[in-house]
Amino acid sequence: MNLDAKIPSGPLEKKWDKHRLDMKLVNPANKRKFEVIVVGTGLAGAGAAASMAELGYGVKAFCYQDSPRRAHSIAAQGGINAAKNYQNDGDSVYRLFLDTLKGGDFRAREANVYRLAQVSVNIIDQCVAQGVPFAREYSGMLANRSFGGAQVSRTFYARGQTGQQLLLGAYQALERQIGLGKVKMFPRTEMLDLVLVDGHAKGIVVRDLVTGEISSHAADAVILATGGYSNVFYLSTSAKGCNVTAIWRAYKRGAAMANPCYTQIHPTCIPVSGDHQSKLTLMSESLRNDGRVWVPKAKGDKRPAHDIPETERDYFLERKYPSYGNLAPRDISSRAAKEACDDGRGVGPGGLGVYLDFADSVKRLGETGIREKYDNLFAMYETITGENAYKQPMRIYPAVHYTMGGLWVDYNLQSNIPGLFVLGEANFSDHGANRLGASALMQGLADGYFIAPYTLGNYFATNKIPRPTVGHPEFKRVGDEVNARTKKFLSIKGKRSTTSFHRELGKLMWNNCGMARTKASLETNLRDIPALREEFWKNLNVLGETNSLNQSLEQAGRVADFLEFGELLSRDALLREESCGGHFRSEYQTPDGEAQRDDDHFAHVSAWEYQGENQTPVMHKEPLVYEEIKMSQRSYK
Amino acid sequence: MNLTLKVWRQKNRSAAGEFATYQARDIIPDMSFLEMLDVVNEEILAQGHEPFAFDSDCREGICGACSLVINGIPHGGNKGVTACQLHMRHFHDGQTITIEPWRASAFPVDRDLITDRTAFDRIIASGGFISAHTGGAPDGNALPVSKPDADKAMDAAACIGCGACVAACKNASAMLFVAAKVSHLGLLPQGQAERYDRVVKMVETMDNEGFGNCTVTGACEAVCPKEISLEFIGRLNRDYLVGSLKK
Repeated sequence: MNLDAKIPSGPLEKKWDKHRLDMKLVNPANKRKFEVIVVGTGLAGAGAAASMAELGYGVKAFCYQDSPRRAHSIAAQGGINAAKNYQNDGDSVYRLFLDTLKGGDFRAREANVYRLAQVSVNIIDQCVAQGVPFAREYSGMLANRSFGGAQVSRTFYARGQTGQQLLLGAYQALERQIGLGKVKMFPRTEMLDLVLVDGHAKGIVVRDLVTGEISSHAADAVILATGGYSNVFYLSTSAKGCNVTAIWRAYKRGAAMANPCYTQIHPTCIPVSGDHQSKLTLMSESLRNDGRVWVPKAKGDKRPAHDIPETERDYFLERKYPSYGNLAPRDISSRAAKEACDDGRGVGPGGLGVYLDFADSVKRLGETGIREKYDNLFAMYETITGENAYKQPMRIYPAVHYTMGGLWVDYNLQSNIPGLFVLGEANFSDHGANRLGASALMQGLADGYFIAPYTLGNYFATNKIPRPTVGHPEFKRVGDEVNARTKKFLSIKGKRSTTSFHRELGKLMWNNCGMARTKASLETNLRDIPALREEFWKNLNVLGETNSLNQSLEQAGRVADFLEFGELLSRDALLREESCGGHFRSEYQTPDGEAQRDDDHFAHVSAWEYQGENQTPVMHKEPLVYEEIKMSQRSYK
Repeated sequence: MNLTLKVWRQKNRSAAGEFATYQARDIIPDMSFLEMLDVVNEEILAQGHEPFAFDSDCREGICGACSLVINGIPHGGNKGVTACQLHMRHFHDGQTITIEPWRASAFPVDRDLITDRTAFDRIIASGGFISAHTGGAPDGNALPVSKPDADKAMDAAACIGCGACVAACKNASAMLFVAAKVSHLGLLPQGQAERYDRVVKMVETMDNEGFGNCTVTGACEAVCPKEISLEFIGRLNRDYLVGSLKK
């Protein structure tokens, strides 16, 4: 398997400029001869589809939602990072690069991260030009706030709805191109397989979710921007429909899956209220700017929060990480909360929660001051829990929120399958083993607006392969496989619902491969997941027809893929015998309980190659070479 | 608690629909409305029947996918929330709940409680944007935007495109949706160049898609989960008047 990252030579800060100059161009008259398929319409997908169409390429865009505007980027609350240094607080491209690399626990690719920091400044300009209503100071200038893992204020935001506003900007740019006839949009259409012709990605097979019709689409290149795989845990902050299917199908066609074990558990979510729970809700990390995290010092202290005096409270983040305090990175904050709860000091039902207390900030800024910054978040909290967080502290608990792993890509964001490009959360490249807050939006838009439009042009200009038609035998072969698989779900006629399998898989993943993992727990998963999968294919109950809108059928296909993917995730976690970022192996920790990396043996990307049904996949290594910086133990103390 | 549900069932766009009655048993007050529907659907499946279909995705009130008329009110009548943010603590034991899809000829029913809202996308495609090609944008701080303008634009931009405004309107008018976008972009300095052209095109598309006329009853504002203000419709009307005079 060829894992050449194709990192340009030369000094770090010149690599992207040099590469842009080295890449071949497609002349304007020829651009319209090329067609690209974009799957997913979040920040990365909508951004790429709109930008490619603006350049003159033909674009077909696909999403499973009823409108491209509903992609899950919309739910991002807090903000987007950019190295603008508008606050004059010492920020720079280099500092954003360092923070991101360090935040990722030195498991990301240096050159990719530097480029991300470089283009971050263009993103803000672009979004402002589109009319994204970022928060402003009274001077009319853009406002900033600070986020976890950084000591500067570089986060731009639009109230608590930054993802929504950025996505609407990208969506409107996309709709403009749809109106101009440059993009053909296929909403409520799910990609079910990837088609390769002569080793290049040349199309996809999709199912129309309204009519059930399965059809093929050919193009000169395929972009997957289909998001992350958090829902392998069943309960996560992802939307219900988020799934691994597009990238899993590509993996089974030969694309390498990189670092699937890097999953992010977000520290500030609303705790689970019962077995009926269908998803978890995040409270933006920005709340940690003004909220203080604590638990009672005494185990089993059941007094209401306001009856516990100051001296009997443990502000554990401030105690353990005095210089970052409540703004310690997500992986560290989550683990600290879990430790407190494991220690019997958790609050709320079942003891699975810690307090996020705004009393001090309300004293300092007044309730109005807090309301101005976070009112929609406080309202959301009250809607769900029935509690008023202005009067009593919020209860929060960690939940799966983001996945850093994904399909392997080179510096061009191209997978090891030529012509297959992977953007946003669906790829693995920029966040290493842990993502910092407000960096997902940055990466999605960087990939979509400012990287893929260049690198795809280079692919077109250097690979003169004629576009196949959907009459090509490969399309027929893959289409037949998709049809057969779809029918199979309905033919099992077993007793158990898809949801029951999904929930059971989620419990295995959370208990054995969640915030803390051990050799034994991961080996349990490698035994129990295949058994669960076997039962799935014997005892699944899906009713209805293939040729109509059938949500049970859609869900069955996604869960079938999660049942395979969960095993790979666990296997990757088992082989990575170190702790880094979101991947915490209990066997590998420092004496004071921090993640213990092993750079001598694990400073590499684990890229998995599919070997066939029920065959053990093969792991390849891409060594992580740091030319510019020295790896060090992360410290937020 | 135990509830009786009357749920709209319709096989596809051309089929006739009807209400079916289901029992929701052992419902916990902390459940969200959609989680209650999940529980009922699992039971329907276990009894060998096809579950009813409904749209939802983020389940935290921001994607705009969920679209249920609950007891005659889009999103159920709790102020400022979508159906996915409605919790069962607002209902009482023994209650009968009627659940229907959005009803508007511009939003045809695809199945059960799911409608086709792509008309909204076509309205945006006809003008709901600022034409800013990727690349070449000036520095973000080059053009100051006064805080009141930015805040007001954000108030309008908060629209999630769910369509509850249309479902609540006796004429199935899309005025609040269009007004929100016209106001968001028209309030910002970046949006001035296309301001009047935009409003004329969007209104024309809205009319062609089969949405009805606005008589300013305010039903839309009352059900809007993002509490988009009716005053934006005033802004739309003013811009439309100027736009049509300029034509």
